[in-house]
Amino acid sequence: MTVTSDVPRADLIGCPNCDLLHRAKPIAEGERAVCQRCHTVLIAPRAAAYSRALALSVANLILVTAAVFHPFLEIHAAGIVNRVSLLDVATSFGTGALVVVTVTSVAMILLVPLLRALLLAYALTPLALQHRAYAGARWAFRVAQELKPWAMTEIFVIGCAVALVKVAGLARLNFGPAFWMFIALSAFVILVDRSLCTWSIWSALDEAEKKPRRQPARRVRQ
Amino acid sequence: MTTAREEGLVTCRTCARVWPGTAEACGRCGARLSSRDALSLQRVWAWWIAGVACYIPANLYPMLVTETLTSRSESTIIGGAIDIAKHGDLGIALIVLIASVFIPVVKFIAIAYLGLSVKLRSQQTPVGRMHLFEVIEFIGRWSMIDVFVVAILSALVQLSVVASIQPGPAALAFALSVIFTMFSAKSFDPRLIWDYLPTRAGSRAP
Ligand SMILES: [Zn+2]
Ligand SMILES: [Zn+2]
Repeated sequence: MTVTSDVPRADLIGCPNCDLLHRAKPIAEGERAVCQRCHTVLIAPRAAAYSRALALSVANLILVTAAVFHPFLEIHAAGIVNRVSLLDVATSFGTGALVVVTVTSVAMILLVPLLRALLLAYALTPLALQHRAYAGARWAFRVAQELKPWAMTEIFVIGCAVALVKVAGLARLNFGPAFWMFIALSAFVILVDRSLCTWSIWSALDEAEKKPRRQPARRVRQ
Repeated sequence: MTTAREEGLVTCRTCARVWPGTAEACGRCGARLSSRDALSLQRVWAWWIAGVACYIPANLYPMLVTETLTSRSESTIIGGAIDIAKHGDLGIALIVLIASVFIPVVKFIAIAYLGLSVKLRSQQTPVGRMHLFEVIEFIGRWSMIDVFVVAILSALVQLSVVASIQPGPAALAFALSVIFTMFSAKSFDPRLIWDYLPTRAGSRAP
């Protein structure tokens, strides 16, 4: 993959981590192209990539909605039972400066995962269906990628396990069924997120925007 | 092997597309372009100082305030981990210690090391420093565990007179410390690691 200046610029790929130029070549599914200098993965196409990514965003949507409405933790102590849903948890810091913590917790556990799911679905549905990309699809995909580190569902799951142990001396804590779904979906989200090849999706978005608009059927008057 | 900058081009760090050096925004994804972020290191240090400054009160003030019928107790981050260990759950105590003490401290040291190595134009172990950068970007968010634990417990344990748990001031300080440190790592431009190296360093045969 040596680069000379006569390669068209559109065929070049720059390493985001060390700036080295490479010539982008389509590679087989399951293979990976890495930067020659810093070994950052540049291209790693997967079979059925868009369907996977769509499944990811749907899973995220289910996860967030379910977790908001179903109480997934309950506590028993001295005959009193208390059940909480994610919404209760995220809004538990009620007073003073701790409101800042409430806002960030709500954002990281609920809003950011939800927003990412919606943006990914918007950007990738046309790709999976092989339609023309929607207006603003690139913007949606970029913002979804930038939000990635701030979506903390999987970290919240570990937090639940720690909380369970912490109150062990005080009361009995149970997981509701929603909790197990929460765990399964979080694992799924991690797996698919890791396998998302951004380079392939950007190229596909480029292609999908070149496709002709679907013309509405025109009636011819006679 | 040449870099985009040597060719008078600029790489989009979001989508890896290459543009003429004069372009200001990526024509594909819309991200702002800069060949090298001149203010990168300043922003790294500013967020780093803010992160360290918040981490100190996060350890001194109580994270959780537990009130039961007979007693009221406050626990700090480390005190909470010790309590868990006393209950016999060494694994969970270890998770808390790793997420709340080990990861933040390692992250502070690692970011400082990366910043200094770039400032001093180090040519040592670029691949190793690159990996270090990727690792701290990945593990930083896991420190939020303790903040979420406090949120979960405060919501859950509101059993009127029997027991209640309230978040302490350290919860805010710790959450801010984690967020500031994430910004610090994000501000670091890893391309700086490679700029003072001859282009062939660290490469395998092309
Ligand atoms: Zn590279
Ligand atoms: Zn771009």
